[in-house]
Parts: sequence; structure tokens; C-alpha cells
Amino acid sequence: MGIHISKGHLIDPTNQVDKITDLFIEDGQVIGLDKAPNNFKTEQLINAEGQYVIPGIIDLQARVREPGQEDKASIASETRAAAAGGITTLCLPPDTQPIIDTPAVIELIHRRNELAASAEIVTLGALTKGLGGTELSEMYELKRAGCVGVSNARAPIPNTLVMRRAMEYAANFEMTLFLTAEDHSLSKNGCAHEGMISTRLGLPSIPEAAETMAVARLLMLVEQTGVRAHFCQLSTAKSVQMINRAQHDGLPVTADVTTHHLYLTEMDIGYFDSNCHVFPPLRSQRDKAGLREGLSNGTLNAICSDHQPHELDAKLAPFCESEPGMSTIDTLLPLALRLVDETNLTLSDIIARLTSHPAQILGLKTGQLGIGSRANICVFDPQQSWMVSHETLNSRGKNSPFIDWEMKGQVSHTLLAGRVVFQR
Amino acid sequence: MKQRDIQLDSQGRLRHFLTIEGLKQQTLIDILDTAENFSTVGTRKVKKVPLLRGKTIANLFFEASTRTRTTFELAAKRLSADVLNININTSSTTKGESLLDMLRNLEAMHCDMFVVRHHSSGAAHFFAKHVAPHISVINGGDGSHAHPTQGMLDMFTIRRHKPDFTALRVAVVGDILHSRVARSQIHALNILGVPEVRAIGPRTLIPAEAESLGVHVYNDMKEGIRDVDVVIMLRLQRERMQGALLPSENEYYRTYGLSPEKLALAKPDAIVMHPGPINRGVEMASSVADGPQSVILEQVTNGIAVRMAIMSMVLGRPNEEQEAN
Repeated sequence: MGIHISKGHLIDPTNQVDKITDLFIEDGQVIGLDKAPNNFKTEQLINAEGQYVIPGIIDLQARVREPGQEDKASIASETRAAAAGGITTLCLPPDTQPIIDTPAVIELIHRRNELAASAEIVTLGALTKGLGGTELSEMYELKRAGCVGVSNARAPIPNTLVMRRAMEYAANFEMTLFLTAEDHSLSKNGCAHEGMISTRLGLPSIPEAAETMAVARLLMLVEQTGVRAHFCQLSTAKSVQMINRAQHDGLPVTADVTTHHLYLTEMDIGYFDSNCHVFPPLRSQRDKAGLREGLSNGTLNAICSDHQPHELDAKLAPFCESEPGMSTIDTLLPLALRLVDETNLTLSDIIARLTSHPAQILGLKTGQLGIGSRANICVFDPQQSWMVSHETLNSRGKNSPFIDWEMKGQVSHTLLAGRVVFQR
Repeated sequence: MKQRDIQLDSQGRLRHFLTIEGLKQQTLIDILDTAENFSTVGTRKVKKVPLLRGKTIANLFFEASTRTRTTFELAAKRLSADVLNININTSSTTKGESLLDMLRNLEAMHCDMFVVRHHSSGAAHFFAKHVAPHISVINGGDGSHAHPTQGMLDMFTIRRHKPDFTALRVAVVGDILHSRVARSQIHALNILGVPEVRAIGPRTLIPAEAESLGVHVYNDMKEGIRDVDVVIMLRLQRERMQGALLPSENEYYRTYGLSPEKLALAKPDAIVMHPGPINRGVEMASSVADGPQSVILEQVTNGIAVRMAIMSMVLGRPNEEQEAN
């Protein structure tokens, strides 16, 4: 089936394309640029005039709640929401139920994903068995079953020797280690950034050091073991500085940041808005500025959603007793686009942080639209405005902190392997 | 702040009483003046006024408390309201009944006011956000956030001894980090125009960016207590020794306990306060607690009048729709 996307403004950072052009797709691949290849038969024409055409977005962290918490969301519901947001690849951390520590769970997820194929799911395997933090998982088996990396999600590995060996073992199979930087003895029981707001509201707090201590410890071990490490969802300006120095010293380290940490601060908690209860917590104004700076200077390589859909009841409790996490898959692209106006990043820089950079981090061949590449494509209208509301959110989780925000930029078409999986 | 203060109605009057933060000075003065009028009710032969006759007030206590619950109950009864005391074992709420389900059940009993005490900061706001529109919520203490009726009764007690707030230096001493009482007092003192509020305590018990609350922080008690007009001692929970916040009660008393020697550094006519119950020999010496400068028992008595004032102001508001007609 031949699809012709005409007159769209194509941004493909990997291939340094940034111009209005036509794109031709057949058999799930990009087969032509500018001019139709010989014998190309247009079966579907997508008029992308006035719109941008970019590689499908790759979200480095999203929870789809399946398997295990299907009352909150499912692979079907969240991949549909992903497609509506221009996202074609979701990376799942291993803290599903059951935990992703055996090939069987990975197979289960892939099978469910095939049945609901609006976006593709890639998985991170558990670094330790059952995420218990003491015994190594069978990383080789996990890799063979398709895991793109290993992670202990938010579960602690208190013993530094175990952490070091886990790193060495992951490096042995050239697996990237995805790290959540948290010193659990410092973050214990906390639910808000330690600062003005936690002091005012009397909320148990998570100090900056809960993250920076962990970053420092992990960086020392990365240096010693040589493992390729990716730091997930950094929240403090100081961590960004430490990662920057490590990158400067040549360590194989990358990092990402969420849209909510780029836009919100502790102040947004107001009077106990449980939709702002998230881990890592929303930090200070200074941290937000530091994260934006890190994104601009390239220390933070990617922007992710850290999507965590919840049923309404999960947030209907006093702040600390509500479940942490935000539903952010719907707002990933428009919030990222808004950074063009609010930082010195160009649109192409932003697109790279949503597509080609995460692809590199995950070791995927997607995230670019060169001839012969897989046709995962997002077409969006940069001028189209929409209001965030329970009705406009496609995710089953309505726990967005951005309710009533006006978003600019809306996806009109999403293609997965050359198939239109979303069309507005 | 994103939303309008939910504790005020469209006329700016108290619809709930959740926190002192953000209230106008006049509102606080109105509470104190109203409490002054009620303060003689308890000494009359018939200790009742009919202001809230026919109203039902439910005390929802998710956290054990005898004194606070009793004074709320007495206050409500002296206003002629019907009172329902509900002690909620927190373990039963974790067994599946959500707070909201419980709230709906209580609403079905046609209550007019909930007095809520809960171990989690923000619980009173949570209730206020979700109750039916005809129900008012009074915060009887939520986590480490606020205990506004305690804060107001302390202001009432101070005003009786030191009528001009703008001429005072006040020290709040102890575990500021975990104290909802301290937060409410500090907001009230600032709103009432106290020019110097001091927070005194060891670094482990002073919250981050405490100055943003409107206090000067002192880690040295002797320095902090010098020349103050009012000394407010906070209760120290025994658990603090386990969390590596303090080494021992003994050392705490020696460094931050109110001994006669330390009290001598304050102004000669300084008053000593404590929200109770006192750990004698930990927060203060018995001789100070029972001494001439102590107003601790007055605080308890005043608690009833102040809670009557707040309940009557919140429930006694003219109906908004009636007024509009």
C-alpha cells in the first residue's frame, strides 16, 4: 500500500532534513523523498500542507499498567493514546506485575502489544530478580527475549557491591543500564520537594540530596565499570551539572527529563493538588531553570513523558496518601513544542530530543526517516490549539496536572510501520 | 495559587476553617472579639447559648486526642448544637473504605459541620474540597500542616495578657519541623502584626527555608529567648529520638528545655505557653510550667470560647442565597 505524504515540512534530525517535501511510503518503509519512485502507486494521499512531518516520537518511559493494574489502564488504551499523541514507541520500565524479570513476561507483553498495535512497546528488564536489589537477573536471557536495557525502576539496591556487580554484568552483555537516581534513606516517606512548599504545607519532604547523592554514587561506579548508563527523569539542577561533568570526562552517560519537570515547580502543588504528587517531586524554580539549561546545552539528551495513568480514586486522598504519578502521554509533544518559544532550542533540536536521541539511547533503528527506514511517522499541525480536559485526554488516566492548560500543536496522522494508526 | 481560597465564601466570610494562612487580619480579630463575648458563658449558671440549636456537628477524629476533642465537644454543646463523636480507627480506613465513601456516609446523616483531625497534611482541605456544599469543615489538626483553632486560642491568650500585638517579640521553641501548631501560630502572629517572630530549635527540627514562613531562626536557645515577651514551647514527640533527630530527652532539656535560668533571659513579664500535654523535664521544668509566668491552663479554658467563636461564625453565616434575594 503506497502512502504519499505531500507538502509537509519534514524534520529529520538524523539525516539533517528540515524542509518542505514529499514522502513516499510502501511496505512499511520510507522509499522516497521529494519525488515519487518509479512505479509508485498512491493508494492514500495525506495532505500535510502547513504541517510538520517528523519521525514517530519515542517515549523513554511510560507505564501502561498492563500486566498487573488493568483497572488503571491497558496496553490497548495507552498505545491508542500514544498514537493520538504522535508517539510510536513506548519504553516500559520493569515494575509491572509480574515484574519483567523472565522472558515469559516479555513475551506476554509483546503478544498483547501485537493485538493492540497502535504503538510499539519495548521493555526494560529487571536488573535484579524481582527488583529485590540483591540477586542479579538473567540479563542475557532478557536481552535475547528482546529487552532493550535493564533497570531496577524505583526499587532500591542498597548494597553498593551488588550495584557494582550488576553494572559489570550488564556491561558484559553490552546492555544499557537505566537508572533512577534515588537515595531511599533520604527520600523515605517524602512526597514533596524539601523547600518552601513542604515547609508551608507540613508535607514530608524529599531533599535535593536524595537525588544528587545517588547520582554521585552511581557515576563513580559507572566510571569504574564502564557500563553504558542512562539516568532517567532527573529533577535537580545539581544532578544536571554532575552529569554534564561526567559527559565532559568521557563517561558513557546520557540522561532525560520529563515535560512536567520542565514546566512545573513545587509551587504548583498550591493547596495539596494531588495531581502534582509525583516522583521525583516537582522541584524549585531554580531546578526547573537548571533542567531547561541542561536540555539546551545537550546534557539532557531526551524528553520523556514518564506517563503514569491512574484511576480517579487513586488521587482522591490527602496529598501524601494519593498515588504518585501523572498522566502525561497526551501532552508530551505540545509541551515539548512550546520550548521553542521559551528556550533557545530550535524546533529541530526539540524533535531530536523526542525521536533520534531516544532511539540512540535505546539502540533502535527508528527515530529517523531516511530512505529504507521503518515508516514510523507523526504529522502534526503546529498552529492547532486545544484545551487539556478529561474529554480531550486520550489516556485512560485523567490525572493530568495540565488540566485547563491551552496546548498548541495537535497530531493529525500517526503511522506505525507504514500503517495509519491514528487520524484526526 | 491556582484556586481561590476554598475556606471563604463569595462574600469573603469563613465557610470552612482550614488554615490561618491567607486570612485577613480583620477576620482574626473578629474571631478573637467573638471569643471574648463567649468567654463568660462557661462561668454562668446555665452554660449554654442557643446559637446553633438544631445544628449537628460531627467530630471526626482519625487520630487519638482527648483534650482537643473534648473542648470541641464542649464548645459545640455550649452553642446548643448536637454533637456526634466518631473515632475512626485508621486501620479500618485502610481496609478498603475510602475516605470519600466515609464522607458520603456521614453526609447521609445530615450533619452541618465536620471537625476533622487526621494524621495526613492536607486532609482537612481534602474534606473541604469534597463535602456537599451545605457542610462546613473545621480543621482540628492535619498532619504537620495546620491546627488553626489551637493557633487562634493561643492568640486569644496572648491578647489577654499583651493587648498590642504590634509591640511584641514572640519565640516559638522546639520541634517546628513536625508541628502543625507552630505553623498556625506563626501565620497568626504575622497576620496580627507581631514585628518579630522567632523560631528556636536544633537544626534537625527546623524545616527547610523556615524563614519563608516569616520567622527569624535561632539554633541557640539562650540567644533566641533574650528579651521576648511570649515564649511558646512545643510538645516533643518521643519518636524523635528514634529518627536520629535528637540523641536524648536529657540533652534536649539541657539545650532547648525551658529552665528557670533560660526563662530569666526573656522579659521579666514574659508569659509562657504550651499547647499541652507537657513532658515535664523535657520541654520545660515543672517549676516553670506551674510558675507565675505560665498561662498554660488558661490556654485550655480559652480553647472552648475560641472554638465556640469559630463554629458560630462558620455555621451562623446568613445563607448566601437568602441574602441575595
